[in-house]
Amino acid sequence: MKKLAVLTFIILLLPLSLSAGVNEYKLDNGLKVLVIEDHKAPLATFQIWYRVGSRDEPAGKSGISHLLEHMMFKGTPKYGSKAFSKMVERKGGADNAFTTKDYTMYYQTLASDRIDISIELEADRMQNLILDLKEVIAERNVVMEERRMRYEDDPQNSLYEEVLAAAFKSHPYHWPVIGWMSDISSIERSGLLSHYKAYYSPDNAVIAVSGDVKAEEIIKKITASFGNIPPASGRAVVTSREGEQKGERRISLKREAELPYIITVYHTPSFPHPDSYALEVLGMILSGGKSSRLYRSIVYEKKLAISASADYSGFNKDPYLFLFDATAAPGKDIKDVENALYAAIEQIKKELPSEREVQKAKNQIEASFVMGQDSIYFQAQIAGMFEMLGSWNLKEQYLENIRKTTPEDVSRAAKKYLHEDNRTVGILIPTKNSK
Amino acid sequence: MKNSKFKKIIISSIIFNFALLIFNFPLHALDANKKILPNGLTVLHSEKHNLPIVMITVIVKAGLLDEPKEKAGLAHLTAELLDEGTKNRKSAETSEEIEFMGAGLGASAGDDYTTITLSVLKKDIEKGFEIFSDIIMNPLFPQEEFDRKRELIKGSLKQREEDPSFLAERSFNKEVFGEHPYGRLVEGSTETLSEITREDLLRFHSKYFTPNNAMLSVVGDLTPDELNSLIKKYLDSWKIAELPERKIYPMNEEKTRKAVKIDRDVTQATIIIGHLGISRDNPDYYAVSVMNYILGSGGFSSRLMQKIRDEMGLAYDVSSFFTTNKEKGLFQAEVQTKNESANTAIEEILKQIEKIRNEEVSDEELSGAKDYLTGSFPRKLDTSRKIADFLATVEFYNLGLDYAEKYTSYINAVTKEDVQRVAMKYLDAENFILIVVANQKKAELKY
Repeated sequence: MKKLAVLTFIILLLPLSLSAGVNEYKLDNGLKVLVIEDHKAPLATFQIWYRVGSRDEPAGKSGISHLLEHMMFKGTPKYGSKAFSKMVERKGGADNAFTTKDYTMYYQTLASDRIDISIELEADRMQNLILDLKEVIAERNVVMEERRMRYEDDPQNSLYEEVLAAAFKSHPYHWPVIGWMSDISSIERSGLLSHYKAYYSPDNAVIAVSGDVKAEEIIKKITASFGNIPPASGRAVVTSREGEQKGERRISLKREAELPYIITVYHTPSFPHPDSYALEVLGMILSGGKSSRLYRSIVYEKKLAISASADYSGFNKDPYLFLFDATAAPGKDIKDVENALYAAIEQIKKELPSEREVQKAKNQIEASFVMGQDSIYFQAQIAGMFEMLGSWNLKEQYLENIRKTTPEDVSRAAKKYLHEDNRTVGILIPTKNSK
Repeated sequence: MKNSKFKKIIISSIIFNFALLIFNFPLHALDANKKILPNGLTVLHSEKHNLPIVMITVIVKAGLLDEPKEKAGLAHLTAELLDEGTKNRKSAETSEEIEFMGAGLGASAGDDYTTITLSVLKKDIEKGFEIFSDIIMNPLFPQEEFDRKRELIKGSLKQREEDPSFLAERSFNKEVFGEHPYGRLVEGSTETLSEITREDLLRFHSKYFTPNNAMLSVVGDLTPDELNSLIKKYLDSWKIAELPERKIYPMNEEKTRKAVKIDRDVTQATIIIGHLGISRDNPDYYAVSVMNYILGSGGFSSRLMQKIRDEMGLAYDVSSFFTTNKEKGLFQAEVQTKNESANTAIEEILKQIEKIRNEEVSDEELSGAKDYLTGSFPRKLDTSRKIADFLATVEFYNLGLDYAEKYTSYINAVTKEDVQRVAMKYLDAENFILIVVANQKKAELKY
């Protein structure tokens, strides 16, 4: 019954690094498994990725994916609340999880001879979650505290939330992953249960394991534990698309804060769109360290801001954003900061970046991948994340296309996306008048 | 400077943070070699050839402890300006060269020492090492860079006032340590920063940044011969100097109880409860590690987490920790909860402190803590970066290269009686400093 469709690819991940192989398997029930062997230390990371995030939530139930992630730690009939975490801690391991717009990931890192714990307990909680009513209510309160801590009481994060909500009108990227407060408080057990049943199934999941393990042994164990879990049906397909923006949107947020702060975002396509590589390089040229353009001009030379940065956020399922933010220096006008950001953008449209600047950006991206390989967690995470976006081997395509990017590509991408009509601007206006 | 803020928000829901003792992992099978050069520099080296990368950490014994009160922020400002202009290159040249290699260069000052780090690809090690030694040995602290950096730090201090945890911690440190340097922010304050001059930095640097007051730790794809030739080429001119004497500041050990209430327009109360703790060389360090794991640092297993988060649903994060430095550090329990439940959370934390003082912990708790503390160290040392930092710190605190075996046996020797004894000795539910940043009207504190 449990025939394996084994597709093993051994590829060179990076010309600079040692060859690292990703062994790919697919069980009959649709579960994809990626195993990366790295025997430098007696440790292993087990990650399970579910294709569900705030993108998949119905309006009025924002935050349900994240609350469900919390509930995944609250036990099954066989293993009680927090039993999984405690077992992992008892072995000196670490475990955690996070939810994003597009996916939810659970991981444990522990001694490689204890990896069976992960396999058995992840398989168990994929099928048998209790979702106890009392626990749901308690955890809802915990998440509301989390929201207070991360957003309500943080002026800059609050602005971020406002800007996203203004930039996206029809697409679920409109709401924050953690959810709106009133939505969180209205999530019931029944809603969590149907969300769980629809999305937590083998055909909607990917397992990435890396570290001191043997691929053939791991896949046998995973097949034994997960092979009998049936696939699910009835997942809604996200059909929402954000229409083209035709004119700048501006919002302001007035609240107790110390310094004015600006976030400016532009709609951009996501990886693997052909423009995504140039946008990534553009982000680096603008914001990759103290030699980058925004720091040099706005913080260092003009002294208008205490920080200024850009980030192309391209690893998403649907088109997302190119983001800028800056905190005004004391006594400086946020309007001048904003104009300085636009001046930096106009500059790169008018004049091609130098070959050296583009090469520097490429070197930074490449070096960060090489150094990241030192972490088994990073290796599994990169494979898992690319798999969420289509396939783990897109990583090669990503690095290959970054290497091919030219100064012309960068300037063209800036012209195409970083223009006024495509932008949403948010300004934090401190109401407290401190010295 | 990729925007960490956005990254932080996007990965927005890590479900809890571990707050462990700053120092709880042993040296284990690291194959590290140690030697002391003629100029007094201690060198630690471990070869790792799994990837073409090299990670370097230098610790210089200069920190908060070495700056005068009226010039608080001096060590931090010095560290921040190391790469902003040297005898051989301008500020912009340093960052341009480093970033062109995709390398990383960092410097930061702490309570007891300053750390300077380099992460570089093997193919660029020559250039990287040259720049690294240049910023440590030859910084010029140009007046223009000095003025600019000082204003940036002042601005960032102002911005951080938006963060309730920052306000609470700053106030807590001040109350616990009083006039002792540990009571001040490493960044100093707007006032003390204004007192610092470029000459202060030059003096501070020439006094403390000497090879016999420093240790170099190198981990990665580098053979001993390669390392020796780099050292010879670039660190040979680093001259030994008279060792600066470290001033010992008295610590106020008097027991007091005090509540500080800071009023802000926030939805959550940020609460810190605590008092003076222990130093790193206290023999009870290991028993304290076990005790505090059970109380509040043990992730989901800790009593504070189980009670306040899991059972009561009062907080997303609650933890306790001891900071352990050259001199006595602090003990603190911290929680964020909605204004209205502040009293309940404080009451529960105090109850848990009382409980661990008055009752023996269970066998299961004791063995769970030991299993975690001894079992987690391979994970703490699973990258070359972590090992490089670890070797340098082990050296700074004089823990010895056999720290691995010692650590495990010390932890395993802790008994239930020890746990209760150190709880009685180092925790206090009567005399403590309480800091609450909240909407005080809604919090209606009883304390």
